[in-house]
Amino acid sequence: MSAPLLEVSGLRVAFATEAGLLQAVDGVGFELRAGEVLAIVGESGSGKSVTAQTLLGLGRSPGARIEGSVRLGGEELLGAPEETLRRVRGERVAMVFQNPMTSFNPVYRLGSQVAEAIRAHRPGTSKAAGRARAVELFEAVGIPDPERRVDAYPHEFSGGMRQRAMIAMALALEPELLIADEPTTALDVTVQAQILDLLARLNRERGLATLLITHDFGVVAEVADRVAVMYAGRVVEEGTLDQVFYEPQHPYTWGLLGSTIRLDRERPRRLAQISGAPPSLLALPEGCAFRPRCPHAFGECPQVPELRARLTDSPGHRDRCWLAPERKRELR
Amino acid sequence: MSLLEVTDLVKHYPVRRGILRDREVDRVRAVDGVSFEIPRGGTLGLVGESGSGKSTACRAVLQLEKPTSGSVRFEGAEIAGLSRRRMRPLRRRMQMVFQSPQASLNPRKPVDRIVGDPLRRLGVSSGAERRRRVEAMLERVGLDAEHRRRYPHELSGGQCQRVGIARALVLEPQLVVADEPVSALDVSIQAQIVNLLDDLQDELGLTYLFVAHDIGVVRHVADRIAVMKDGRIVEQGDADQICDRPAHEYTQQLIAAVPIPDPRESRARRRS
Repeated sequence: MSAPLLEVSGLRVAFATEAGLLQAVDGVGFELRAGEVLAIVGESGSGKSVTAQTLLGLGRSPGARIEGSVRLGGEELLGAPEETLRRVRGERVAMVFQNPMTSFNPVYRLGSQVAEAIRAHRPGTSKAAGRARAVELFEAVGIPDPERRVDAYPHEFSGGMRQRAMIAMALALEPELLIADEPTTALDVTVQAQILDLLARLNRERGLATLLITHDFGVVAEVADRVAVMYAGRVVEEGTLDQVFYEPQHPYTWGLLGSTIRLDRERPRRLAQISGAPPSLLALPEGCAFRPRCPHAFGECPQVPELRARLTDSPGHRDRCWLAPERKRELR
Repeated sequence: MSLLEVTDLVKHYPVRRGILRDREVDRVRAVDGVSFEIPRGGTLGLVGESGSGKSTACRAVLQLEKPTSGSVRFEGAEIAGLSRRRMRPLRRRMQMVFQSPQASLNPRKPVDRIVGDPLRRLGVSSGAERRRRVEAMLERVGLDAEHRRRYPHELSGGQCQRVGIARALVLEPQLVVADEPVSALDVSIQAQIVNLLDDLQDELGLTYLFVAHDIGVVRHVADRIAVMKDGRIVEQGDADQICDRPAHEYTQQLIAAVPIPDPRESRARRRS
């Protein structure tokens, strides 16, 4: 197997707030290889977006405390000088956000913003060459009539087209890694389907490694190869797509999968639900953070279980739950 | 007799030009001839994408926007075009639950005031009586006594939506119009709120107009579904029938676009 493109280990991010230290990410680690799509799934407050932002040094606010290691092709990014990060951002790693309206400057033409991004990193590029490249990229992401549409302003595009333009800009410098933070959440389902197809195609055709941040298991099933489920700042389960969907090991994953509404099944009389709400990161319970909501909590749970493989036959499938695998099989 | 009967409802917004804005050059046909009815105790799910006109339709039904034309009959009586004054006594019988729980609650009032104010406006003047009804309602939607004095920013999204539901139900309405009531919530909380709305309907005999972009959620709560596009209903019928055997091309597209949270199924679908 090839060496991982991205190696994250022991990542911890805390913010000093008036109410105390808020541990948003608490020991997150994962690997991502070229051509692979890893989905990080979680609810609000799980730390999934903070994790994504920290990888590129975007979460660096004065009150943030960051520890751990983020290596891209072997090069350490945490604590790297701004100059290094600036080179990495865009050229090697690009990011797509949830809201493509706020990601563009409203007063410049879309094509010129894409060209600007190229020229900032490739100083020798002429304006004409930048524009030509923008047209190419618009075409590659399926924006119709790209020659004309590169001269449009952001507000002239629909939400789906803006998200395509955002992806075009992300691809401008041919990055190896794309970080997509809820890239389809603000879009209508019919448009979402098109953007997911586009992401899958880019991943297939260009070998683009993708880190997909989402709350939606439907989106995960459509595009991911591997899945990491986050809860209250920690990864609670990680495995291949099929492992996590068909042999989920953490009761939180069971709950999430169970409460996902399925249009392809007969409707249940009542939806399965997880009781309670995610804990405040300022007042986390001792041990497993899911314990207060978990119907199967028992004596060991006041201690934090480590993330490790607990099934003998699937080494890549790791979880943080004290329950014995046999017991889980009965409960699930 | 249906509790709510909407016939040929139209809401157009004029596009005006000229110095005095007196020249109508075009019209935005937000709602363009919509008809449906909801029997007492039933749920109609109104589904559509952004810009389909589903929210405007709700507002026109409740007379929050004056319809351009068409009829809205509530308990058999015409309410379209009624003056604000004549609508006022009817308001308590038709309430609304909004999408963004935090944004729809007054940030400067504690929970018991938010839920109690509609009663005060209605003239339930005895403080003790108000308190009793507010407490009973909060308990009914699953909020503890400790939440009563909290402010919206101290509550989670799910708790805020429970407050929004309590505020709507404290006046004991017959009709509840819920506009995307769960779409801003986390998955695990969505299920709680959907189940709560289900229970409340059974217990209180409520009639729901449930509006959402997510056809999965809509199928779960609704008896009947109406699919809206560009201001019109393109198809309506029994909820399961619409989802299992959609007749209109747009409904088919909408359903095909919903991602299936099952890798094997979605792989099979991609191949076909």
